[in-house]
Amino acid sequence: MKALRNLLDKLHPHFAKGGKLEKLYPLFEAADSFAYTPGEVTDGAPHVRDAIDLKRVMITVVIALIPCFFMAMWNTGFQANSVLQASGGSVEGWRGALLALLGFSADPNSFVDNLLLGAAWFVPIYLVTNIVGGLWEALFSIVRGHEINEGFLVTGSLFPLICPPTLPLWQVALGISFGVVVGKEIFGGTGKNFLNPALTGRAFLFFAYPAQLSGGNSVWIAADGASGATALGRAAEGGVQAVAGMYSWFDAFVGTIPGSMGETSTLACLFGATILVLTGIGSWRIMLSCLLGALSLSALFLLVDSSTNPMFALGPHWHLVLGGFAFGLVFMTTDPVSGAMTEEGQWLYGLLIGAMCILIRVVNPAYPEGIMLAILFGNVFAPLIDQLVLKYHIKRRLRHVEG
Amino acid sequence: MSKAKDVLLDPIFNKNPIGLQILGICSALAVTSKLETVLVMCLAVTFVLAGSNVSVSLIRRQVPDSIRIIVEITIIATLVIIVDQFLKAYAFGVSKQLSVFVGLIITNCIVLGRAEAFAMKNSPGMSLLDGIGNGLGYSIVLLLVGFFRELFGAGKLLGFTILPSINDGGWYLPNGLMLLPPSAFFIIGLLIWALRSWKTEQVEEEN
Repeated sequence: MKALRNLLDKLHPHFAKGGKLEKLYPLFEAADSFAYTPGEVTDGAPHVRDAIDLKRVMITVVIALIPCFFMAMWNTGFQANSVLQASGGSVEGWRGALLALLGFSADPNSFVDNLLLGAAWFVPIYLVTNIVGGLWEALFSIVRGHEINEGFLVTGSLFPLICPPTLPLWQVALGISFGVVVGKEIFGGTGKNFLNPALTGRAFLFFAYPAQLSGGNSVWIAADGASGATALGRAAEGGVQAVAGMYSWFDAFVGTIPGSMGETSTLACLFGATILVLTGIGSWRIMLSCLLGALSLSALFLLVDSSTNPMFALGPHWHLVLGGFAFGLVFMTTDPVSGAMTEEGQWLYGLLIGAMCILIRVVNPAYPEGIMLAILFGNVFAPLIDQLVLKYHIKRRLRHVEG
Repeated sequence: MSKAKDVLLDPIFNKNPIGLQILGICSALAVTSKLETVLVMCLAVTFVLAGSNVSVSLIRRQVPDSIRIIVEITIIATLVIIVDQFLKAYAFGVSKQLSVFVGLIITNCIVLGRAEAFAMKNSPGMSLLDGIGNGLGYSIVLLLVGFFRELFGAGKLLGFTILPSINDGGWYLPNGLMLLPPSAFFIIGLLIWALRSWKTEQVEEEN
């Protein structure tokens, strides 16, 4: 380790002000602070000493995502292998060749087979996301002269998890480019983005290429010719019977259902939520209020019931485990930059997102899933909510001053 | 003569009505999914702008200040109705596609804005140039937006196939977002970004 430190120290003058590679300083800084705690300290007057910095916040989120990564790979493989076994087909293309080379078959009962096939779908998307997104990030930090921000680690981990496994790689590149550039960098980079960049990228793809993001129901299972609707897609067509006939509640909770890669397992999201809440990184107020918002509105719909819209009959307990609700609630609504900051504001913000998600799922016939749009909607309102909370506090206290 | 040149050419890049003043955005979102409608819309707006500027300027000394807005709107509305009827007579197809947006030129802020800000204070000749100049400034932004939207949204330009789409046996997968009005927001935003990077004096001061 000493050698690395010495090497970095030796290179430092070249990148410092006046050095030959001055313009590339952000790249050097990123490499240095990736390996070591930065040497700078705050020089302004009031400052809090705390061991936790942005880097550690971001890396904690990535650690909390590990169960989701794992489930994403296993379930992608499991879904594909199950279909292949039923149809008697085999894994095609380079993935088939790779698996054959390593000596694995496509057996849905084999843990390793599922994980490997899933990885063969997930890893390319993950790599493209991080290479393309990382290039944009580096480009902007060099041109604008700010540091490369660790925030991208989280965006780069979230984005692949909310993609369907069959998403073409060029669309992955386009989506993450839009998310990073339009969703974040043009507003000034991490800390100034009012939208969640990963969701911005996905929303772009959702509207630009609906066929690859939701259309035809053939995108969720990574096997040729396989068509399987997401559980929510089934519910929109045939109500709760259509879902319960296919999957048990427990299947949906563990995540052995088709969907975007990282979103299917509520269990994995619960692990993540525990880590985020215990470390204080994710706001428990937002998570709880979002949950309450969704539960109460879906319970209301269940009570009202509708003869024409089967989604009304889908109970609150189903809404929690289907689609991306759990994933969005744990990892997206709690984004500290795009979410609400004030405590009261966080309650309102969470309620708004939870209720909006159920509203889109149930009432809007065009979209069976609503969590992505609901969170982006909440993001847009977050500054307004904070503003109102602050105004209210100022007004309340002014009374004492003037009284 | 340099003043006349400035009046004509300034609105194109230096004082672009869409890029700098952010006026006329509604029609820039609504009619730009195809280049054909864009062209007709640009001609219509330029005609109305030039016509209203000249007419307002001609009677600027006779109109009492208190009713000038009414007079200006009457003139603009008259010109818009002429354009609308003309399109219905000679370009019915395009007129149908543009639907209410021809009529809505009346409410286009650029038209009333130029009448108020320029034609009320300047000679008819200068007002004509200002109207044409602003029409050009409006047109260049709309043409760019329409160019990108039709090219990436449908793979075509003016109806001719440029990028053969997968549905027609080609390789290009059309970008559905480009056919939706919000895409014009993104494109106009990016154009303004490019314009202000080029002409940095247009960047607003941070407060």
